[in-house]
Amino acid sequence: MTLHSRLLPPMPVAEDYRAHVAGFGPLPGGGPALIAELDRAGLTGHGGAGFPAAVKWRAVAARSKPGSRAVVVGDGAETEPASFKDRTLLALRPHLVLDGLQLAARTVDADRAVLYLSRANDSLGRTVAAALAERRGADTVPVEVATAPPRYVAGEETALVSRLSGRPARPRTVPPRPYDDGVDGRPTLVNNVETLAHSALIARRGAAWFRAAGTPEAPGTVLVSVSGAVGVAGVYEVGYDATVGGIVELAGGALGTPSAVLIGGYFGRWCAAGRAWPVTIEPRSLRRIGLSLGAGVIAVLPAGRCGVAESDRVLAFLARESAGQCGPCHVGLPALAATFHAVAQGDERPAALDRLARWVLEIRGRGACRHPDGATLFAASALEVFADELRRHLRLGPCAASSAAPLMPTPVLAPGWR
Amino acid sequence: MRQRIRVDPIACKAHGVCAELFPERIRLDDWGYPIVDPRGVTPDLMKLARLAVAECPRTALHLADVDDPAARPKPEDPPDDLALVSPPPGGA
Repeated sequence: MTLHSRLLPPMPVAEDYRAHVAGFGPLPGGGPALIAELDRAGLTGHGGAGFPAAVKWRAVAARSKPGSRAVVVGDGAETEPASFKDRTLLALRPHLVLDGLQLAARTVDADRAVLYLSRANDSLGRTVAAALAERRGADTVPVEVATAPPRYVAGEETALVSRLSGRPARPRTVPPRPYDDGVDGRPTLVNNVETLAHSALIARRGAAWFRAAGTPEAPGTVLVSVSGAVGVAGVYEVGYDATVGGIVELAGGALGTPSAVLIGGYFGRWCAAGRAWPVTIEPRSLRRIGLSLGAGVIAVLPAGRCGVAESDRVLAFLARESAGQCGPCHVGLPALAATFHAVAQGDERPAALDRLARWVLEIRGRGACRHPDGATLFAASALEVFADELRRHLRLGPCAASSAAPLMPTPVLAPGWR
Repeated sequence: MRQRIRVDPIACKAHGVCAELFPERIRLDDWGYPIVDPRGVTPDLMKLARLAVAECPRTALHLADVDDPAARPKPEDPPDDLALVSPPPGGA
C-alpha cells in the first residue's frame, strides 16, 4: 500500500507562497485547454458525489456571459463530523487550493471567486486569510472568504448558493442547478477544495501524470479521513487501487479486532469489517458491495464497541440536522431516530424493526436535498450490519459496551442558519 | 409525453388532499405526507391527477414530464449518488 504525497506534504508543515511557487512552479493560465486536460485526467469531484469535474466546468463556462458572469466557489465547509481532510488540506496546502480556485475562475470566465468555510473553525479562517494576503498581487480574480453556519447541510451545494445569495444556508429544490442559476442567479461552479487542488496539479503536470496513480477507471489519488479504532487517526492520501484494509494499515492498523467499518461518513454505510477489508476504494468495486467512499471517510469500529449505540447517536445527530423544510425529513428522521433509540434501549417490541425497515424505504428520495436519502441509507446499513445486536438489545436492553465513550463524533451544533 | 406527479417537498404541509382525491397514485406516509407511485399517470387517470394538482391547498403538487429531471424518480440505491455536498449538474 503506497502513501502518496501529491496534495499533502510528506511532513505536516504549511508552506508560504514563495515556497509553494518554488516547489510547484508558477500558475499556468487556465482556459478551455485546461477543461480538456481535466477531462483526459478523469478528475471527479471529491465532495462526495464524484461527478466529472470537466463536465461541471464546461457547463458553467458555456453559461457565463457579460451581465451575468460566472461565480466560482471552493467548498471547504466540511460539515461531515467524520471528515477532516478538507481542513487538513487547507491548513497545509492553502495555496494549492487557491491556485485551483484561481484557475477555475479564469477558465469559466468568473469575476467572483469565493472560498466557503465553516464558521466553527477560526484558526483555519486565519490561515486562509494569511495565504490570500501573500498572493494578493498574483491573483487575477479577487478571492473573498465566506463562512457557513456550522450546520450539517450548510455545505450542500444549493445551501451554499442560498447562503452566498444572502439567504439562510438551507438547501432548495433542484432544478435549477447552480451551474444554471446559482449565486445571485449567476452561473455558479461549486467544487470541493480537494477537487480544486487536484485541478491545480493537473494544470501544471498534465493528465498523464495524474493517471499514473489510481486505476484506469478511477485515476488519481484521494484524501481519506481515517478515524475510530486505528493506531493513528488522520488524513491519508492514497490511490483508488488502495484497499480498505490497506488504508487502515497505513493508519497504524486497527486497535483490537475490527468488527465493522463505516465508509463514506454519516451519509455512508456500515459494512462488516471482514467484507470491506479486501475491497479497493475504486467507486465501482465499493458499489459492488453497496458502498460509496463519499467525501473519503473510513471509520473503524472494534469488537467490544457497540455499533447499535454508535448508530443511535449518529441517527439522532442526522435528525437534529434536518433543515426542517420537508416533512418526510423534518418529521420522519426524528421518528426514525427515536424508534431506533427505543430499540437500542430495549424499550420496543420486535415489530419496531419492521417499522424501521419500512421507514428507511419510504423516507428516501422525498426531500428537496439528499439529507433524508443519506440518513436512511445509514440507518438501513445499521439495521443490516447490526441486526443480531439490535435483536439482543430488544430482548435484554442496552449491552455493556453501550455505555463506552462514543467513537463517532456527534456534536450538538449551534442552532440557526444565518 | 408521459407525465407523473411531482411533489414540492418544501411546499407540502401534509394536508392529505391529494391522497384522498387520487389514491390510484398517491398514498400517505405515517405522518401524512404523500408518497407518489413511481408509475407515471396513464391517460385514463389524467383527469384525477389534474384534480389533485388543482386542489392542493399548498399548490405543492405538479404534473411533470417523465423526462423532466425533477420528475424522475430517484434511483433506489445508488450509493455514490447520495452525496449531499455536490449534486451533479443535470442530474444522474
